Formats: sequence, C-alpha cells, structure tokens
Amino acid sequence: MDSTFTSAGIAHWLIQASYFLAAVLFIYGLKQMSHPRTARSGIIWAGVGMVVATLITYLEPAMHNYLLMTVAIAVGGIIAWWSGKRVAMTDMPQMIALYNGMGGGSAAAIAAVELLRVLTGKGLTHEAFAARELAVVGALIGTIAFSGSLIAFAKLQGIMKKVYRFPGQQVLNAVLFLALLVLGFMLARTEFSSFEFYLFFGLALLIGVFMTVPIGGADMPVVISLYNALTGLAVGLEGFVLQNPAMMIAGIVVGSAGTLLTQLMARAMNRPISNVLFSGFGTGDDGGSGVAVSGSMKAIDAADAAITMAYAEKVIIIPGYGMAVAQAQHKIWELVKLLQDKGVKVSFAIHPVAGRMPGHMNVLLAEAGVPYDLIYDLEDINSQFTTTDVALVIGANDVVNPAARRDKSSPIYGMPILDADKAKNVVIIKRGQGTGFSGIENLLFFEENTRMCYGDAQDVAQKLIAGVKAV
Amino acid sequence: MEGFIALYIFMLAAFTGYEVISKVPTILHTPLMSGSNFVHGIVLVGAMVALGHADTVSEQVIGFIAVLLGAGNAVGGYVVTERMLEMFKSTKEKV
Repeated sequence: MDSTFTSAGIAHWLIQASYFLAAVLFIYGLKQMSHPRTARSGIIWAGVGMVVATLITYLEPAMHNYLLMTVAIAVGGIIAWWSGKRVAMTDMPQMIALYNGMGGGSAAAIAAVELLRVLTGKGLTHEAFAARELAVVGALIGTIAFSGSLIAFAKLQGIMKKVYRFPGQQVLNAVLFLALLVLGFMLARTEFSSFEFYLFFGLALLIGVFMTVPIGGADMPVVISLYNALTGLAVGLEGFVLQNPAMMIAGIVVGSAGTLLTQLMARAMNRPISNVLFSGFGTGDDGGSGVAVSGSMKAIDAADAAITMAYAEKVIIIPGYGMAVAQAQHKIWELVKLLQDKGVKVSFAIHPVAGRMPGHMNVLLAEAGVPYDLIYDLEDINSQFTTTDVALVIGANDVVNPAARRDKSSPIYGMPILDADKAKNVVIIKRGQGTGFSGIENLLFFEENTRMCYGDAQDVAQKLIAGVKAV
Repeated sequence: MEGFIALYIFMLAAFTGYEVISKVPTILHTPLMSGSNFVHGIVLVGAMVALGHADTVSEQVIGFIAVLLGAGNAVGGYVVTERMLEMFKSTKEKV
C-alpha cells in the first residue's frame, strides 16, 4: 500500500495496532483474573488495554466534537470513580449492575446514532455486511440490558422493595416482544420514520423493566450476570457495526464468558435460566404453603450459644446476606480465632448463591482477612455436617432450607443446599422472625436441634466473642 | 470487512470467552463478573467514534450520552474490580 508512509497511513496503523494490543490485554487480563494469585495483575493489564484503546481513538480520522467527547469522558469517569470508591463492600453487587447498565445504554446509544444517520439519509458510518441489522439487534439487547440492570440496581439498593406481578404479564411481554421484532425489521430493512425509531427504543426500555420487576429473591445474582453477558453481546455487535476489532473481541468474549457464568450460577440453584426469567421465584405468594410447619422456633441467648461453640470439636459457619448487611465479617473472624485458640476446628461453608452474587461471601471474608484454606464450597463440605457439633448460620436463609430436599411443592425444591440440619446443633443468627428475601418459610428454623439467636449479626457476634472469652 | 471474516472473529472470540472462564474457582466469581463488566467498558471507544461523526444536534446529544455512559462503565468497572481484588492480596500476605 502506497499510503503507508503518509501521516494518515501511520495513524491508521497505530490505531489498528493499539486495538490489537487492547484485545490481547483484555483476554490476558481475564485469564489472569481467573486465578486468585494473579487476579490483581489481571485487572491492571486489562486497565492498561482500556487506556491505550481510549487514547488512540482520538486519532481516528474525520472526527469532530472533541470537546464534547472529552467533557463526557471526564464527567462520566469522575462520577463513576467517585461512586465506585465510596460504595461499601456490601453494596458491590448493585454497583456492578449499575455500571453494567451504563455499558448497555452506551451500546444502545451508539446504535441509535447510527440509525439516526440512516434516518436522515447519510447512511451508516461504515457500510459493512449486515451492519444495519446488527445495529438493530445490538440496540434491542443493549436497551434491555440498560433498563433491566437499572431495575436490578433499584431492587438491591432497596429503592424498589416490592416484586410487581400482574395477571397476563407473560402475554404482555410476548406481545411487546413481537412488536419489537416487527419494528426492528422495519428499522433494519425499510425506510422507517422517526416514529418507529422512538417507539422501538421506548418499547425496548419497557420490556427490560417488565422482565426484571417480577424477579426477586435469590435469583438476582443470576439476573445481573445475564445482563452482564447481554451487554457484552450488544457491545460486540456494535463493534461489528463500527468495524472496531477491540469492541468486537472484548464484547463477544464477555458475552460468552458471561453466559457461561450465568449457567454455572443457575445450575448451582438447579433452575434453568428460563425458569429464572419467567416463573417468578421467591415472590412471597408461592412460598411456604407446602408441607405444614411442625414445631416452633426456640430462642437461645448469645452467652449460651457461645458456650456450646467453645466446647465443640467442630464448628461450621454458614454466612449469608445478613452477615453482609451487618458488616459482621470482622467480628466473625475475631470469634473464629478465639475458638481456634480453644482447639475448636472451624471452617466456613459457602453456598454458590449465598448473598446477592456468587462469591459475594468470599469477597467479604477476604476483606476481613479469613485465609482461604478455611473456606469450602458446597460439594466439598456437605458430607461433613453429620460429624459437626455446631452449624452457625449467620443471616443465611434459603441456602440452608431443608424444604429444598423434602417439600416437592416448594419453589426451591431440588436446589442443592448446605445440609446444616444434619449437624448436632444449629444456631441461627437472624434479625427477626420473618422470612428472608425470598419470602419462603424455612423449615430448618423449626427443627428440634435448631436454636434461634435474634439480633443484628454484628451485635450477636460481639456477644459471642464476650461469651467465648468468659468460658 | 467481509461477512465470513466477521463470523470467524465472532466464533473464535466466543470460544475464548468460554475457555477463559471455565476453570474459575467460586471464590473469584464476583470479581470476575466485575472484571468482565469492566472489559465491556470498551464500548467507550465506539461511543467516541459515534460522537466524533455526529453532525445534527440529536446525534450529538445521543452521542454525548453514549460517551458519558461508556466512560461510567469503564471507570466504575475498574474501580470496583480493583477494590475487590485488593482484598485478595491482603489475605494472601497474611497467610
């Protein structure tokens, strides 16, 4: 090519080389992030890739609006930096949902700009194979990921507490989806007007909202992961539209990795993804009506519970969202160290969907400084409950509910659970007598060997520490 | 770019994503979801290109929103992931 040594030729080469480098760094970074020892360097490598790709994009030919661009990057970046630094560790899941929604919205907005160009007769920025069709598909997926993630954020943040369901919701969703397919076809293949353009995006926002409002309870992690994968896919598709290799590769890699992650989570709950989306689990109106609850809840005070644990040989701790809310992980670790000094063998059992995201508990325990050789996954520890003296459940609920094994009519029937009920004694730290986030009655609380220790997890942990010290 | 080349890129990238994630311990699921959330922040680059070619006011407004949201995704995703992984470091050093 004779244009190679002109300044435009050099800029083109630099841009392509930088995008290639960014794609390599993203994949390498994700690979590093999948091992505990190298995880930290992984995010830094990916970060370098992002900076390189962003800076080099300023050299793209025939662009203008540089001031607007820089202002938008500065404003968006600073707000995100500030909020990301400030947020408490326990609120991480909803922040991921929020930032993910932003990415989906960005991909949808790119598609909107491209389609506006078509509308005004200028044509796409790059005419490529099926570019307009891909732009429309990306727009649909990105918009759903945007509004869906914002609803997920609102739910986890406690802004939206209720689960909204009404008769005919599935039918309405199906009708909306059909309308979107028709509108999408018009946008992709016909000379559409601005009416169809705005209706398409309006309905896509709406369906994202409708898909997410009926979902609650333990399904939220799966939903966030699903929207994460959808955003990746939307970004990848818009990458094809703009003929941008870094976007194509990073987007599709995240799309497929996110899909796998979503499947792993759904499998851990023994629920196909379609069930999560369409059957409304843990909504409160379908739970707790199966097997009649026998027995009653029996309370214990913290001092007695402390003595039971101090004289135990083996204690397994099962943390849940209640520990996260109370920020009790530091106190719990202090308690564990005291018990270890007394010769008690203590381990942590983590259910794959404990908390609001998979690995949520691992992150919190890591924050408190709990070494990972004390932490076990469900499959590795479940056989040990029969030889355990005390199972201490801290603010976990559905993941220890034996209804998953016994009650065929329960919405969580078939979900793998931690068999805490098989331990000799079960101590439950819980704020009140009500049901958990999912609204399903927990049979474990009524067992003969179960004692309830009411109170905020942090306060109770403090009392347990005092109790163990006094022994 | 020719359609089939695009298809090859799609296929290879999809398998890469699948392979990269398939052997991840549960302990890293949240940070990894957060990390992949950061990686699709690359949408910022496309948003810059879209805004860079915008002529009419409505294109500029939507393009501006695209860049703003894209920057939020990239920066927020990075900060949150980095903070989470920071804790793994301190754990390891204490062990």
